Amino acid sequence: MPVILTTDLIVFFIIGLIVYFGLGARGNGATRGVWLALRANRLAMISLAILLVYAAGALMDSIRWRDAVTDSSGTQVVAKNGGTVYSTEPLSLLDRAFSGMRKRVEKTYSAPLATKLYAKESMELPGGTITRDYPPLKYPGSHLLGTDRVGNDIVFTALKGARTAVVIGAGATAVIIPFAIFFGVIAGYCGGFIDDVIQYLYTTLASIPGVLLIVAFMLLFGGSGFQGGLISDKLLFLGVFVPNDRLFWLCLILGITSWTDLCRLIRGETLKLREMEYVQAARAFGSPGLKIIYRHIVPNVMHLVLITFVLQFSGLVLAEAILSYIGIGVGPEMGSWGNMINTARLELSREPVVWWNLFAAFLSMFGLVLPANIFGDAVRDALDPRLRFR
Amino acid sequence: MLTYIIRRILYAVPIVIGVNVLTALLFFYVNTPDDMARKILGEKNVTPAAIENWKKDHGYGLPAFLNTKEAGLATVTQTIFYQKSVPLLWLDFGRSDRNNIDIGREIGRRMWASLAISLPMFTFGVFIDLFFAMMLAYYRGTYLDISGVVFCVIMMSVSTLFYIIGGQFILGKLLKLFPISGYDTGVYSFKFLVLPVAVGVISGAGIGIRFYRTVFLEEINKDYIRTARAKGLSEAKVLFKHALKNAMIPVLTNVVVSIPFLFYGSLIMESFFSIPGLGNFTIDAIQAQDFAIVRSMVYMGSILYIVGLILTDISYTLVDPRVLFE
Repeated sequence: MPVILTTDLIVFFIIGLIVYFGLGARGNGATRGVWLALRANRLAMISLAILLVYAAGALMDSIRWRDAVTDSSGTQVVAKNGGTVYSTEPLSLLDRAFSGMRKRVEKTYSAPLATKLYAKESMELPGGTITRDYPPLKYPGSHLLGTDRVGNDIVFTALKGARTAVVIGAGATAVIIPFAIFFGVIAGYCGGFIDDVIQYLYTTLASIPGVLLIVAFMLLFGGSGFQGGLISDKLLFLGVFVPNDRLFWLCLILGITSWTDLCRLIRGETLKLREMEYVQAARAFGSPGLKIIYRHIVPNVMHLVLITFVLQFSGLVLAEAILSYIGIGVGPEMGSWGNMINTARLELSREPVVWWNLFAAFLSMFGLVLPANIFGDAVRDALDPRLRFR
Repeated sequence: MLTYIIRRILYAVPIVIGVNVLTALLFFYVNTPDDMARKILGEKNVTPAAIENWKKDHGYGLPAFLNTKEAGLATVTQTIFYQKSVPLLWLDFGRSDRNNIDIGREIGRRMWASLAISLPMFTFGVFIDLFFAMMLAYYRGTYLDISGVVFCVIMMSVSTLFYIIGGQFILGKLLKLFPISGYDTGVYSFKFLVLPVAVGVISGAGIGIRFYRTVFLEEINKDYIRTARAKGLSEAKVLFKHALKNAMIPVLTNVVVSIPFLFYGSLIMESFFSIPGLGNFTIDAIQAQDFAIVRSMVYMGSILYIVGLILTDISYTLVDPRVLFE
């Protein structure tokens, strides 16, 4: 039985959008030029490949379904009313692909590739004497980066964090873009009173420090009162939508609080475009305003949108970790690198030090943010070198 | 000049009011006082009477924006908005929800601890960033410049949290050079401040150096620099005398706007290093779900930002008098 979370829809939407624009841009001469410029940049291409690996991980972790429960002999359990019984826990494609890693659970901490646990325990030897020693692991040498406090494989935990990071980075920008395009283009194109109102709106929003606004929103919406999420019980569609957690709210709120920068950029660009000859010509031909906006203005601000998308991505991934630390990020039940860092803090102060949890979080986060930064710079340079100086 | 400043301040007034209304909407309307009371009294076993009592005790017993039971002016004044949010305009922060402490006094007390860490962090940060940025711009196009930029991108790809945890672990725990966290008053505070300041400067260096470098490079490609070179001035003189002065304009936007914010401190820094400043105050309030404090801090943060914008505009007129005539 498939289970789709609201944040899964975000992942599908974003990937669909990228594929759609990717296919649409193939036949366009101008975008082809940009693509060729990007392809000549080897570093950008390597970064893109790494980003695609992360995206694939996130996509795999977003396709999930619940298995039918089987008893020990392997036959399906049938409910009293004749229907199949499904397990309560949905497993994603990622869970299934790495099921070996997921199931190799130890008792508690073990160092990377260790054969013994990290803490001494009283053990009974075959002779009947009791000694204190490091007990052997159930799966010695199989944990590339060790295990955490409850014995879960760290590599697997880190893999699960990829979805959270990608959803936040992409989901928040997915909220930013429609807001920014709508208000930015309207303000720039209409001018006058509407422009004033929209400018006032975003100046006011922008003057509230970002982190604090997110904090305020998360306290109000992301807390226990709204735990169910937006599309929760009201829109239970054939049992497919399941109420999602704070991750959905986090995306929405990060988006709402940070659309102002892009909006300002788009407004400025629209002001410039409005006076261009081809827009004037379209107006002289009597094209209606909406058509001019749709046909002539929006396509010409899309490069700003794309640049913002790739440049903001890394910042949002970093923000997730900080918000998780403050205690308003995704809940502890959801794998995220911010949560890993949070627990790792205490592990560093224990004796002997448990460092691999932090190391894994560092590696996986750095591995996503660095290519995102490099690729973002490359896209910006290819699309609009002038923006480098803003 | 004076009229410019006055006009600039008047322009900020509607924004301040907007922020005030927005915070009130968020904290009183979207999140009703009933929700607040339930969170503070505990989710379970709360009687409606207890909620009413709590609301009355903490001044939330009135309607949010319009009191239809009163007549005349009192319809507006006898509301939570007027009693709780409007006084923020003259910086009367009221009392906290949980411990009933005077928020204004707490801010006045904690501000100095925040300032003690953020002021050196900011000053050293700006100077170090500018220094390295100028160095990279001076050696532009060479391997030093390229590897410097690569290093900056690597540095900005690491979360602040890792810098803090790493700094605490290596300098504090392994090398035992500085205490890991804590705070003291007066001269004794020095040893507690070195580590957070160093970590703060390093964690911001990647972004800072890269930004200032692009600012310098943009300036270097302008005509007046070519003229200066054509006159036969040395490269160092061109860079440090001519380019630096003009590059100060974009640098100022970046710098001046954050000066008022220094009072505010930094949320994570203060929390990690247990510095009893305003950032720590906010984090504690978030974790205790004390909405009165969070609301005050959100509002104060916006005020400081708006003050920063005004200061930026004023400093603009000092470095670039052309602004006045626009």
